[in-house]
Amino acid sequence: MITELGHYALILAFLVAIVQSVIPLVGASKRWTGWMTFGETAAVAQLVLMTFSFSALVWAFATSDFSLRIVVENSHSAKPMLYKISGTWGNHEGSMLLWVYIVAIFGGMAAIFGAGLPPTLKARVLAVQAAIGVAFYAFILFTSNPFDRLVVAPFDGRDLNPLLQDPGLAFHPPFLYLGYVGLSMAFSFAVAALIEGRVDAAWGRWVRPWTLAAWVFLTIGIALGSWWAYYELGWGGFWFWDPVENASFMPWLLAAALLHSAIVVEKREALKSWTILLAIIAFGFSLIGTFIVRSGLLTSVHAFANDPERGVFILFILVIFIGGALTLFAARAQAMEAKGVFGMVSRESALVLNNILLAVSCFVVFFGTMWPMVAEMAFDRKLSVGAPFFNAAFTPFMIVLGIVLPVGAMMPWKRGKIGKAAYSLRYAFVLAVALAILVWVMQTGRSALGPIGLFLGAWVTFGAAVDLWSRTGRNGSLSRLFRLPGADWGKAVAHTGLGVTMFAIAGLTAWEVEDIRVAQPGQPFEVGQFTLTLDDVRRVQGPNYFSTTADVRVEKNGRPMGMLHPEKRDYPVARMPTTEAAIDYRFLGDLYVVIGDQQADGGWVMRTYIKPLANWIWGGCILMALGGFLSLSDRRFRVAAGARKAPTGGVPAE
Amino acid sequence: MKRLILILAIIASPLYAVQPDEVLDDPVLEQRARDLSTGLRCLVCRNESIDESNAGLARDLRLLLRERLVAGDSDEEAISFIVDRYGEYVLLKPTITGSNLLLWLAGPIMLLIAAAVGWSFLRKRADAHATADTDGLSDAEKKRLEQILKD
Repeated sequence: MITELGHYALILAFLVAIVQSVIPLVGASKRWTGWMTFGETAAVAQLVLMTFSFSALVWAFATSDFSLRIVVENSHSAKPMLYKISGTWGNHEGSMLLWVYIVAIFGGMAAIFGAGLPPTLKARVLAVQAAIGVAFYAFILFTSNPFDRLVVAPFDGRDLNPLLQDPGLAFHPPFLYLGYVGLSMAFSFAVAALIEGRVDAAWGRWVRPWTLAAWVFLTIGIALGSWWAYYELGWGGFWFWDPVENASFMPWLLAAALLHSAIVVEKREALKSWTILLAIIAFGFSLIGTFIVRSGLLTSVHAFANDPERGVFILFILVIFIGGALTLFAARAQAMEAKGVFGMVSRESALVLNNILLAVSCFVVFFGTMWPMVAEMAFDRKLSVGAPFFNAAFTPFMIVLGIVLPVGAMMPWKRGKIGKAAYSLRYAFVLAVALAILVWVMQTGRSALGPIGLFLGAWVTFGAAVDLWSRTGRNGSLSRLFRLPGADWGKAVAHTGLGVTMFAIAGLTAWEVEDIRVAQPGQPFEVGQFTLTLDDVRRVQGPNYFSTTADVRVEKNGRPMGMLHPEKRDYPVARMPTTEAAIDYRFLGDLYVVIGDQQADGGWVMRTYIKPLANWIWGGCILMALGGFLSLSDRRFRVAAGARKAPTGGVPAE
Repeated sequence: MKRLILILAIIASPLYAVQPDEVLDDPVLEQRARDLSTGLRCLVCRNESIDESNAGLARDLRLLLRERLVAGDSDEEAISFIVDRYGEYVLLKPTITGSNLLLWLAGPIMLLIAAAVGWSFLRKRADAHATADTDGLSDAEKKRLEQILKD
């Protein structure tokens, strides 16, 4: 019964969205207040209906209602509750329902919190957002209905893919979707502004929190996925340049570019048409991401519900929305004249450089991802583009970005001098170089990657600290430091996070230690500073799996460090084995142990890795997300404060 | 990203990547083999190198590669030996030849274009600055306007 009501609510939301995509648009052009405010009512109604519909599906999974097709295909009554619930979005249909639910959430949020928006802009934003919703409601209802019933319900389900039964992965898709769909809000604002024919500082201010939120969610979602790959796949890889990873990384890069260019629109009324274009393309890449994951067009380890028919449907949505928006852009872009005037060396030009680097690096990732398909169709060459290409072609952009970031971040608006910014960063530079040289000497005879990474990371981090301190004025004091607005703190923290992640990736790649051997029970062996002993291997039964668990004793310089328990699991229902690496998370580097097969001589295959700075990769991501939240908190304060002037006292005038 | 639904095909048997019995006695040779195998694709997998893959075919390729190295092949000879048999699909890093030039040059060319467009935009803004002082609003007026727009 609840399932039927959920299905009904979904159809009702579809109908509401259709009306919502038309009425406010007409109202806005005719200036009919009632028609315009209808958008708000409809957006809230959609939110309520979709909340009910999605809850109904979660309910079906939680109670293991095996009369639903997708519950049978993706759940099992013996599964722990957390994974029953996360199973809701662990499949194509359910994840699309979550996707469209988030579209409704963002629309509802814009209706509820957008009190300060000009009524015509608000009506148009809600109409465009509803139009996106309509496309995806239709996609769900006509090609992938999660509420499909089975005529005969089986006694039990076929279980969720065991690799997906994991806390990190339970929350990875919702965050990613919040990010993807969050960009739909920037898209709606961009299209609404194009219809309106007007972009001003206020528009920049409205678009930025949504973009910032989308970027924060994407950061968390990507970090969770990468962390999951690190501990689950059994060799500690954290990024594979897989097409589907790229599909989430490209919107991330563009969202980062967008939230920087929106600052220029907000503060200086320049880069308007570029910002609009970026907002359209960023959401376009979100759609491309969805298309790649669900069409089976590109071979990927993540392939998910490969179905050409669904792929064509999403391609259709992509072409209509992005093609339509770009046509509108071509027709209206000239109307958006830049106002701000600034010199060749200024914060504005630094942000232009930031956008160039981020957008071109995104283009490189896109080109590399699509190249195998292009080469096969156009040149009849069947080839692969993998991690070595991306490492070689993408990394230089990030290195340049890291080098120019601290200088650009300290540049004043309108007109500046490179020498002045560089002078205030002299200590940060010397310290970063000194650290790099120190490590270079200590590590003798290894690649330059580690020291370069350390230099970049330290330079960006110290640069962010100097920048923050400089905001306190000539006679900086600690109390002033803590009274700085959230945006300043957000900027410093997020840039620090980028530096930390850069250093960690370089360090992990450069200094990893690996040991592969057949370990005999009771015989200790050494890896780096650690001594490991395989004490015992046991058979253990879990809730829905059997496990081969090893007891590994770890000592460091003769002192016991505790036990590690790497496992091999076998999920009988899904008929699939998995590895559960045992990881001793340590501040400076992880000890990562994996157990393999038993050998004829009674020994076990064991792989041991020392992964320096592994935690720092995700620590940096957490800092980036935190920086985003800090900046967001500042915006909310200022928006809520209404007409009152921002506490920064405007921008420095020279 | 619902990951790795299809990896189940790969982990059909719970083997791991490089096995202890594959490792060569000579550490220098082994390191060369490891470096090369990160650049070779496991043909039955989805976007994995033979160094990471658990598939049987990846193991065969790893053994073949080591065989060639032990036989005294240089890195290039060993790679071209494998490419001759399995096609360029096996290379994770496409060669810089023929149409692939487009792939490798796409980034730099785009960067040049973007830099040129960015430069001309900045020039225009900077020039506007020179004229704005005489025919536009006064600085005080501009500031006032900015404030109004902000609020």
